Amino acid sequence: MQMKIENGHVLDPGNMDGIRDIWIHDGRIAAVTEPGECRDRADEIFDATGLVVTPGLIDMHVHLREPGQEYKETIETGCRAAVRGGFTAVCCMPNTRPVNDHAGVTAWIIAQAKKAGLARVYPVAAISRGLEGSQLNEYADLKSAGAIALSDDGMPVNSGQMMRRAMEYAKAFDLFLISHCEDLSLVAGGVMNEGETATRLGLGGIPNISEYLMVQREIGLAEWTGSRIHIAHVSTRESVQAIREAKARGVQVTAETAPHYFSLTDEAVGRYNTAAKMNPPLRSEADRRAIIDGLADGTLDCIATDHAPHASMEKNVPFDEAPNGIIGLETSLGLSLKLVHDGFLSLKDLIRVMSKNPARILGFTNDLTPGALADLTLMDTAAFWEVDPSAFASLSRNTPFGGWQLHGQAVATIVEGRVVFRK
Amino acid sequence: MHFTQKDILDMASLSAEEITHILDTAQGMKEISLRPVKKVPTLRGKTLILFFHEASTRTKTSFDIAGKRLSADVIALAKSGSSMAKGESLLDTVKTLEAMHPDVVVMRHGTSGAAQYIAGHLKSPVINAGDGKHAHPTQALLDMMTIRERKGRLAGLKVAIIGDIAHSRVARSNMEGLIRMGAEVRVAGPPTMIPKGVEEVYGVKVFSAVEGALEGADVVMMLRIQKERMENILFASEREYARTFGLSTGRLALAHPDALVLHPGPMNRGVEITDEVADGHHSVILDQVENGVALRMALFYLLAGGMRHADED
Repeated sequence: MQMKIENGHVLDPGNMDGIRDIWIHDGRIAAVTEPGECRDRADEIFDATGLVVTPGLIDMHVHLREPGQEYKETIETGCRAAVRGGFTAVCCMPNTRPVNDHAGVTAWIIAQAKKAGLARVYPVAAISRGLEGSQLNEYADLKSAGAIALSDDGMPVNSGQMMRRAMEYAKAFDLFLISHCEDLSLVAGGVMNEGETATRLGLGGIPNISEYLMVQREIGLAEWTGSRIHIAHVSTRESVQAIREAKARGVQVTAETAPHYFSLTDEAVGRYNTAAKMNPPLRSEADRRAIIDGLADGTLDCIATDHAPHASMEKNVPFDEAPNGIIGLETSLGLSLKLVHDGFLSLKDLIRVMSKNPARILGFTNDLTPGALADLTLMDTAAFWEVDPSAFASLSRNTPFGGWQLHGQAVATIVEGRVVFRK
Repeated sequence: MHFTQKDILDMASLSAEEITHILDTAQGMKEISLRPVKKVPTLRGKTLILFFHEASTRTKTSFDIAGKRLSADVIALAKSGSSMAKGESLLDTVKTLEAMHPDVVVMRHGTSGAAQYIAGHLKSPVINAGDGKHAHPTQALLDMMTIRERKGRLAGLKVAIIGDIAHSRVARSNMEGLIRMGAEVRVAGPPTMIPKGVEEVYGVKVFSAVEGALEGADVVMMLRIQKERMENILFASEREYARTFGLSTGRLALAHPDALVLHPGPMNRGVEITDEVADGHHSVILDQVENGVALRMALFYLLAGGMRHADED
């Protein structure tokens, strides 16, 4: 079975940038040729004229909710949302029920994802037993079962000692930690960014320093132990600066941010809009600009969505009571392309932060070169479309971007040579 | 003027003209409470539901009496004993209430934005009787009524609000309302109790020392220290609070000689206010309580379509 993707603008930062034909054979890239140069027969021809063809997008931070909360999302619906958003792979966080703190759960997630046959799913296992922050998990077992990294995500590891030992222990198995940075004592019941909007609404504020202090601790511990640390969903200007300085002195730190942190500010909470409630919270305009600067200068390595599905009945409550999180897989590329259209990032840099860098952090290459697995995203960067949550493949609808006009979207997603989504 | 607001949720959504109209209407209602028979038939046949999700004695009683003086049927619900205690969601409870066709729902809830939330789901008018740390518009309106009654105006007055601004819905609503009416508002309290951006959000002036805020003030509004909420990290001790931020006779002397002293109650005597000040001749604390009933009668009248019965008595 040979497939030819012809006449696309192939953009693989560091490798290629031009109009090419891509030949795919048995799930791998067989050749990349000048248009019309190779006259081999193809069983299937995909006309990519006018489209940008890139290595598959990877979202390092999603919640698939299965096992345990299948009414919000299942591995299958989450993967369907992923491929519609142009993602060929996602990393799923361990706060499922049961928690992914055991090889059996990890293996089960991978099996379910295989069954769905859409995006690749790389499970992130828990740092600590039951996400309780007190006992290390069996990292060797988790790694053999397929865990790609470790995180207690929404339950930040409070004890510095526990975090130190987890970093040291993970090194033995060549695993790295992803940290949700939050000093809970400074959050103190806050539900949105501490600032003028919170003051006006009478809502408890979450100060920037609750994130920044923990970022500093993780950087310090990574430096001390010689370990790698990945900072999840960076939201504040102080965190960006701390990561920038740490990278400059050679600390093994990488970081991600999410589209909502460069697209919105805490003003989106408006009049108690629970669709704008997330953790970390939407911040100020100064923070939003710092996040964009951090992406532009490489301080922030990648864009991840923190796709967090919740049922509408859970979000349709007073603000204090609503769960944190928004979905993001189907809007991520459109929102991120706005950075390109607005001149903050080149398209090449965007592909770096959405595709190449996540792969590098996860420990594999994601190239469009002969012999590589054929994971590709085909995007129409010029298409205008309106976000319609009712049309999402995700089971949940909790997004603040409904009705937004976006510029650019994925039109096809190919995983191991198979078209898993085509618009 | 024709009053067109469906709900009373916060002071920000009321214009100066509407506030004046409410205060004028309340002034007219006040006389009813002074009659031997304190009841008019204005809202006969109307159903008012008081849904107090948070403990309250004075506010609830004030609304209750206000409704009854207008001859409405007043139904009081509390969280304990309601289906919400059995785990029903707020939305389902509200939909159940809606099906009983109330003419006004008065709601108190511990969550900021709760009143707005239910107003979005109810056809009947909603009066916010306090939501979390957000708003307490009827308290602000009765405070403004009390000040206007004594001072004859609101515009140009210097009002000092002292205490826990950060956790106070009374402070928020008063800041919004008083600024809207042209008063100059100063706030003071320990820095742990001053919320971020309060100057920009409300246009008030922040003083770190109480004395600065009191200087020449026409009105001093003391806020209750919620001892149970403080967890010992917002101030060190009641003793120190009283000495540094409490309103004593000596400190009150910094204000205008005819200054009014207000307190939304219940008071912590000896903490935020001394006995002498609370019971002294500057104090209008009991006037606030009295005006509270008239003010709430006015709101029921304006919201429950009492207009066509207004002249029957």
